[in-house]
Amino acid sequence: MTLENWLPALILLSSLLPGLLIFFLAEERHKTRTILNLGGALIKVALVLVMVGGVFAGRSYESRLTLLPGMDLVLNADALSVLLVTLSAGLWLVTTVYAIGYLEDSPHRSRFFGFFSLCVTSAMGVAMAGNMLTFLMFFELLTLSTYPLVVHRGTPEARRAGRIYLAYTLIGGAALLLGVVWLRVLVGPLDFTETGLLADHAGLDPNALRFIFILLVGGMAVKAALVPLHGWLPQAMVAPAPVSALLHAVAVVKAGAFGIVRVVYDVYGVEFSAELGLLAPLAAVAAVTIVYGSVRALYQDSLKKRLAFSTVSQVSYIVLGTAILGPVASVGGMVHLVHQGLMKITLFFCAGNLAETLGIHRVQEMNGVGRRMPYTMAAFTIGALGMIGVPPLAGFVSKWYLAAGGLDAGQGWVVFVLMASSLLNAGYFLPILYRAWFLPASVPWPRERAMPGRFETHWMLLWPPVITAVLVVLAGVLAAAPFSPLEWAQLIARREYGL
Amino acid sequence: MNPGDWLAHWWPGLLLGPALLGGALAFVWPRLGFALGQGVALLNALAAVLLVWRVAVGGPLAHAAGGWPAPLGIGLRLDGLAVLMVLAAALVAWAGALNARSYFRAHGQAPEGFWPLWLFLMAALNGLFISADLFNLYVMLELTGLAAVGLVVLGGGTDSLAAALRYLLVGLGGSLCYLLGVGLMYGAYGTVDLPLLASQASGPALGAALALMTAGLFFKAGIFPFHFWLPPAHGGAPAPVSAMLSALVVEAAFYLLMRLWLELAPLSLAELALPVSGVLGSAAVVWGAVNALRAERLKLMIAYSTVSQLGYLFLALPLMPLAGAAIWSGAALLVLSHALAKGALFLGAGTVLNVVGHDRIRGLNGLAQRLPLTVAVFVLAAVSLIGLPPSGGFLAKWLLLNGAIAQGQWWAVAVLLVGSVLAGAYMFRVLGRCFTYGHTGGREPGVALAAQWPAFGLAAAAVALGLAGSWVGALALAGSPFEGDALLGVAP
Repeated sequence: MTLENWLPALILLSSLLPGLLIFFLAEERHKTRTILNLGGALIKVALVLVMVGGVFAGRSYESRLTLLPGMDLVLNADALSVLLVTLSAGLWLVTTVYAIGYLEDSPHRSRFFGFFSLCVTSAMGVAMAGNMLTFLMFFELLTLSTYPLVVHRGTPEARRAGRIYLAYTLIGGAALLLGVVWLRVLVGPLDFTETGLLADHAGLDPNALRFIFILLVGGMAVKAALVPLHGWLPQAMVAPAPVSALLHAVAVVKAGAFGIVRVVYDVYGVEFSAELGLLAPLAAVAAVTIVYGSVRALYQDSLKKRLAFSTVSQVSYIVLGTAILGPVASVGGMVHLVHQGLMKITLFFCAGNLAETLGIHRVQEMNGVGRRMPYTMAAFTIGALGMIGVPPLAGFVSKWYLAAGGLDAGQGWVVFVLMASSLLNAGYFLPILYRAWFLPASVPWPRERAMPGRFETHWMLLWPPVITAVLVVLAGVLAAAPFSPLEWAQLIARREYGL
Repeated sequence: MNPGDWLAHWWPGLLLGPALLGGALAFVWPRLGFALGQGVALLNALAAVLLVWRVAVGGPLAHAAGGWPAPLGIGLRLDGLAVLMVLAAALVAWAGALNARSYFRAHGQAPEGFWPLWLFLMAALNGLFISADLFNLYVMLELTGLAAVGLVVLGGGTDSLAAALRYLLVGLGGSLCYLLGVGLMYGAYGTVDLPLLASQASGPALGAALALMTAGLFFKAGIFPFHFWLPPAHGGAPAPVSAMLSALVVEAAFYLLMRLWLELAPLSLAELALPVSGVLGSAAVVWGAVNALRAERLKLMIAYSTVSQLGYLFLALPLMPLAGAAIWSGAALLVLSHALAKGALFLGAGTVLNVVGHDRIRGLNGLAQRLPLTVAVFVLAAVSLIGLPPSGGFLAKWLLLNGAIAQGQWWAVAVLLVGSVLAGAYMFRVLGRCFTYGHTGGREPGVALAAQWPAFGLAAAAVALGLAGSWVGALALAGSPFEGDALLGVAP
């Protein structure tokens, strides 16, 4: 009964309990709900900070509950989980503030925030899962808790998007389930190990292992939106902006990418995966996804759809980094786990601000918006330049390590993929920036709403993107500082490769 | 005499007495029906919890009625599986009784005959779960069937009557088949006691008798293609009745099959015959789910879901002789979580029917605004029925998958996965409607929370079972023919 045994569970409970309470809260109890939401988010950040300090000092945290003999629910904190836990906790706090501002006066807020908290709880569970079973449970819980958020608007389009989302994720979940049970039958308990748990098991049928790998990664690739399993993501854009922000930055898509990292590093082990010949096809899929997503993004007029296809492309950087053997590429992949989250959440917050304040949904309508909403568009610009990979922003660091890793592993084609992607990124982001800053405004705006306060929009909508944009700059400029995402990713890579 | 001993001696009375006595009294004084129904249902639930505790701590219980041992008297036994069934029945019956109060209030009051039949049904189910004697099992099976038919008739209207009549005929046919088997067994071996038969019986008579009894039970359980009576009967009955029928009455027939084939039949015979059950089960999973997808009415959809979910159980049967412990505890978990979830769904559907006035799925837009608690019931029940974590249904499916993979039975794996994806499709078809706009206005006023909380309790229990799986699995194995680890690996 020590803190070491309870901390991971407490981190989960800090959003689970407020979420459950919120469900039963009457709609008009605005203040209580806000206190629960923000209180939970702040407590979570505090607990996570305690844990980060502990992990750095070499302590290990683990909460365990036996479900069936030999089947435990395990939450623990290794270096990799800390990376995602910190990101999720921090961005949840910001997103909660944003969501409170965004959903002011709209109906069904109790339902929304209830599922919102469940969603974050599941994302935390995915991050801290200590074995495949736990991972699977929270991964599926994530599907469940995001569905009501996707259909939150309650329109027929929302229902349709929800249906598509479920069709993809439930089938993916079934594949994942089969893979996990099968592997469990073959090798026993599936606790994640830093150099791969299969390292201890010799003499297994390599073809069975390959097939299981395809099932596991295939199931996760649905959430990570790898081509050709990405179809649900652009549809899910009907969700309210805070949901999209969360979905794309820390929850669903990230859970998929994170799962692939887990399977390759901590289940199969990166060397063993390469030995089975599994990494090359994975890298190829990732490369195709990167280019395909960017090309599709070029043709989208809807701002949120363009961002969605951009996510399809950017999340595959993580997969690409994972699929290339060698510590440098791994660092690039894992650091992008954080960087992509920061940049994408900024972009979605900004898109939400434009839609909420001025009614702008399409790129065509963005002429001159930079003068009307300078802070929002400044944040958007930082996020977009980061995505393109302009130094010294966060995205540049990721791309640098990925390219160096590709060369390091003797796979020069990676550099070409990255260059093509950067060009395409510039192709779909720069026109937006040009319109926003340099073209005259086409007033009146589609649907302008008066916002209280002296800022360009409600302060609860304005500060979140500004803060995350600052983080994008800091993650790039201070990449070499202690505790930066890059430093932490290097720590993980050292442990994975036993350096 | 310490309390533990008292319980060891009187437990059959505790399970049968109040329900039988209450039923008889409610029949004689219909005015007392309501109070008796509530009281006995509560008492029965408490007794079930007490006995679960007793079996978990002290192991299985046995009792010889009247003090006469097996070949002469009637053997009763309460092992892990039996006590879990008793618990499931008691919980659903209690929730149903609580819900019936507000369900029938919309129609004035419970129709005459409801409470006596309800209590008799409870007694008959308890009797069935604890009997270790083939003939006594027949009596209980027949009692269960008759009480169930009577309750279906209470739905009123010609549809219910037709459904009930069909149910009656199928039930009687099934019982007759079963009885023939029992007669054959008695003629050949001179006893109807299960443990005695298990140690003595062999030869062609055993096979023939088992075949007859199994055929009868197939009808009773409504397994594909003998399911034709099930959807109209379960879909047309009053909601609390549907809950009891779908959750327990059909599962009782399966429970009996499990006993027959795993405790009585020799392994060679089981290996020969059980693949039939596997084939029918697989067909039922898919057929039931496809029809649930096409059903236009909520209650009919839930009834077809029962056809599909029962398929899982029959699918698991042929895996059991070899993968013993894993599948046995998996089946126990599945029976229990299905009972709770299905009971919750039907009670919820009853509330919808009363408040909205119909249960057409297309017309359920905006239900999440109108009846949030009932939609929460649907969500939780869906989680368990689809087999999503962290629910009892998930652990059950995990165990079944584990057993199937360990034995290399890939067809079962495929059916299990396809079945759960289809379950997701039909459940979310309803939930998607509930979350769509279509109702302006807030929460429905005047819906008694008492109508919704029992269903919520059942659904939450079905999900919470996922965290208590280790305990339930161990309990289910107490006194079972299997022992050992619930999770199988392939020998490297």
